[in-house]
Amino acid sequence: MKAALQVRGLRKSFGEREVVAGVELEIAAGECFGLLGPNGAGKTTTLKLCLGLAEPDAGEIRLLDHAVPAHAREAREKVGVVPQFDNLDPDFSVAENLLVYSRYFGLPGRDIAARMPQLLEFAGLTGRAGAKIQTLSGGMKRRLTLARALVNDPQLLFMDEPTTGLDPQARHLIWERLRSLTQQGRTILLTTHFMEEAERLCSRVAVMDHGRIIASGTPRELIARTIEPQVVEVHGQGLDAWAAEASRLALRCERVGETLFCYANDGEPVLAALRGRADLGYLHRPANLEDVFLRLTGRDLRD
Amino acid sequence: MKPRFYALPALSARFIAVWQRHFLVWRKLAIPSILGNLADPLIMLFGLGYGLGSVLGNMGGTSYFAYLAGGFLGSSTMMAASFEALFSAFSRMHVQRTWEAIVNAPMTLEDVLAGEWAWAATKALSAGLCMLAVVAVVGYASFPHSLAAIPVLALIGLAFGGLGLCINALATGYDFFSYYMTLVLTPMMLLSGVFFPIDPLPAAVRLVAEILPLYHGIELVRPMLAGGWPTQVLLHLAVLCAYAAGGFYLATVLTRRRLLT
Repeated sequence: MKAALQVRGLRKSFGEREVVAGVELEIAAGECFGLLGPNGAGKTTTLKLCLGLAEPDAGEIRLLDHAVPAHAREAREKVGVVPQFDNLDPDFSVAENLLVYSRYFGLPGRDIAARMPQLLEFAGLTGRAGAKIQTLSGGMKRRLTLARALVNDPQLLFMDEPTTGLDPQARHLIWERLRSLTQQGRTILLTTHFMEEAERLCSRVAVMDHGRIIASGTPRELIARTIEPQVVEVHGQGLDAWAAEASRLALRCERVGETLFCYANDGEPVLAALRGRADLGYLHRPANLEDVFLRLTGRDLRD
Repeated sequence: MKPRFYALPALSARFIAVWQRHFLVWRKLAIPSILGNLADPLIMLFGLGYGLGSVLGNMGGTSYFAYLAGGFLGSSTMMAASFEALFSAFSRMHVQRTWEAIVNAPMTLEDVLAGEWAWAATKALSAGLCMLAVVAVVGYASFPHSLAAIPVLALIGLAFGGLGLCINALATGYDFFSYYMTLVLTPMMLLSGVFFPIDPLPAAVRLVAEILPLYHGIELVRPMLAGGWPTQVLLHLAVLCAYAAGGFYLATVLTRRRLLT
């Protein structure tokens, strides 16, 4: 399949700190690709470089068949961007935000006027065309930002943490919208640190840390490759005494504070030992992308 | 600093979309904005013009009010351009992240800056026109000569818009602008012949005045209000153009350094 975005050997330093340290990426047309990583991993900088908004120190970027940053303007004609922080125009109404933004693409006013009902419907803001931005909820603002990114009918969407700060209802609605966009054949590149989001939406993901891609593949591949399929999380008064037994029953155990994570191909022996114990509580679940993420990037806080 | 930061700004007609955005915002607040443009210089002009004028009497054949009218025409234009390029541009760049939204579209930082620059000059021109209208109404602008002041006002707007955008690119917060206002613009008003002629001042002070853009703007518009033509027109225009072009170029370099790294 044709690549919508190709990145080779991308590097960028801020002073002494190398924020992007040799990133390789290839995103096929039509896929939803998730770029995962802890705060400060270099995700946002990678997006900025791919859009031609910062000059790389080294590397090659091809975005929708245009060399970036040399032809970033042409490439961005066909790209929509949902930034991490809302930057809707507070001086304008909902409809004016869409209209004014379409002018930055050189689109004639009648084009956007014709598409306005459709964009408002997509944003779930039908009937709110004249509403002021300050009167919108966080979820409405995100949806409007998403609709704004669609004014130019883009082939590829860049989304930097599209659901950060939203409540579950608002998040699910955004996920629905993103699915409908991939259904329409658009390519999506999103960054997130919600593993659940990546697992649900993305056909492929890459985990980024310290400026490098440290793993990539489909969410299932990554889980299968990195983590045992079953996880039992154990906690309670008797944990210290029981930990030694756990390490005989599970393939691998990891103690994090007051919780013991037991990883196994078959959780049954662990579960059998736990049943009926009053001093230990447990949660049995299949391994997920979050386990992969924490395994690969560690459990240390990143602030 | 990397050499590409010093490249000449690549201008495109796309900047008009940025100007249009600012115009659309302004249209919503046009009446209070125009009233503000009128009220502030009016209070100063009438207060000082009649108050000080009654003490000073005539200034080389004209009333002090007429003298001050020429000065305020220049300084209110300067202040309007500066305000827009400082506080308003900073809001859009830093606080509201409007610039960030714009460059995610197929727009460049140069388009954004050129839009800001043109807009600052537009606001300056509108403030200058308000002032000119007031001066005309009270009978201190003679026509058609005064009409020639209009393009000069636009040029003053471009000169101070460019300088303001340089300061904007260096600003850490709104407080930063008070240094520029207090240490640069206020002394410039005093030295540029807004309130009093600088001819009697020591030669060294006059030399400083003659490198200031406001001085040259006022030297151009004041005679026009009185129904005559300025001397050394080309020199005055050249200085204003140099500030406008140089200011915008430097603003481009400084803003690239701030935002493109």
